[in-house]
Amino acid sequence: MQTPAPVDYVRATSVENAISLLEQHGEDARLLAGGHSLLPMMKLRLARPEILVDLQGLSELRGIKVDGGDLVIGAMTTHAEILDSPILSEHYAIFREAEKVIADPVVRNKGTMGGSMCQADPSEDLSAVGAALKGTVVIQGSGGKRTVEIRNFHEGPYETKVKDGEILTEVRFPIRPGAGSAYEKVERRVGDWPVCSAGAYVVVSGGTVTDCGIGLTAVGASHFCAPDAEAYLIGKPPTEANLAEAARLAAESCDPTSDQRGPADYKKHLAQELTLRALRRAAAASQGA
Amino acid sequence: MQVTITINGEPVTRDVEPRTLLVHFVRDDAGLRGTHWGCDTSNCGACTLWVDGSPVKSCTMLAAQADGHEVTTVEGLEQGGELDPVQKGFIECHGLQCGFCTPGMMMTGRWLLDNNPHPSDGEIREAISGQICRCTGYKNIVKAIQWAADNPATNEVNA
Repeated sequence: MQTPAPVDYVRATSVENAISLLEQHGEDARLLAGGHSLLPMMKLRLARPEILVDLQGLSELRGIKVDGGDLVIGAMTTHAEILDSPILSEHYAIFREAEKVIADPVVRNKGTMGGSMCQADPSEDLSAVGAALKGTVVIQGSGGKRTVEIRNFHEGPYETKVKDGEILTEVRFPIRPGAGSAYEKVERRVGDWPVCSAGAYVVVSGGTVTDCGIGLTAVGASHFCAPDAEAYLIGKPPTEANLAEAARLAAESCDPTSDQRGPADYKKHLAQELTLRALRRAAAASQGA
Repeated sequence: MQVTITINGEPVTRDVEPRTLLVHFVRDDAGLRGTHWGCDTSNCGACTLWVDGSPVKSCTMLAAQADGHEVTTVEGLEQGGELDPVQKGFIECHGLQCGFCTPGMMMTGRWLLDNNPHPSDGEIREAISGQICRCTGYKNIVKAIQWAADNPATNEVNA
């Protein structure tokens, strides 16, 4: 029987209250969002907090909205809500395509945007989506709010820029008129972590790529992105040859490890092929195909 | 800590350790053994029940998180002594062999039909994709849920 070690539990009444509870308990405290990463870690004793600060009552952290030129997803928004969001689908198909293959429908009812980002699993799909779209996270502490680019958010596996006493409150993505986007994932079985996933957005204007972003997960891409491949594509027409070369560059920037999900050379092959498929569909969508 | 969870319409109040998982609260504290306790890792879905009307894997939720919320278990599917059409479908279509996954499958099946009264086979398979059955090969589970979609209020079971 797997049960977490003894722990105290308190429900935060506001973001400020959550921050003061975190400050009071230091590294012994952990924020509890949907619990679908933290509770398994606690069962395995990979995490052993003394007190859980449950954020479920903080409705200000939940929801999806447009704010100025940004799409904003509150930290407590569930995967199911992201999957079903018409606002997100209207601007970026990548959200729906990625969420359809994140875990399973029942898990998606509990797991959250903020929880997934802060768990910072090196195979997290939303990290690839966030890196592809060049999103930002808003982190709040007693000293106020700060904004961190998702491409600068991860310190390493399971480590982020969120410090003790801080809380990730929302994730923001710039709206790009005319952008097409797509997500491709290969998994061993339905609902599993990816062997490799790749996501992309492309803006094609006047026959050339004027803007693009590529995100990859589970294959050791630094900060889940492939800037060299993006730079190659900018200013070029989205021909099959150009997309293929960008995909090759993206795979070259990956450094996967062999493990039970597959050998490194297979993962590198997937990185190239899935990037190509994502770029192809994103470019076609941008051109209204 | 004291926790009050309304299970199938009845408030259940118990003193529990904060680390108590919802599946154990339901089975051991509330004494409702219809919800099964399987893999403990949110993979198998045997422990699926509803919290505030949505299916959740109750091995990966603390009872404390459900404090003040509404839980519905497989015991709550029947209404006034009448089995839910999904339950009847499992009987009609031989939707189970060992029965271990069945309560979770029925909770997800009912939820699917409440949101999508006429799902395709593919939509049913997607809805139950987080739940593992080692006996049926899923075919009869899909048929059982389709039977319930086709017979939303039937009273006839030829079991």
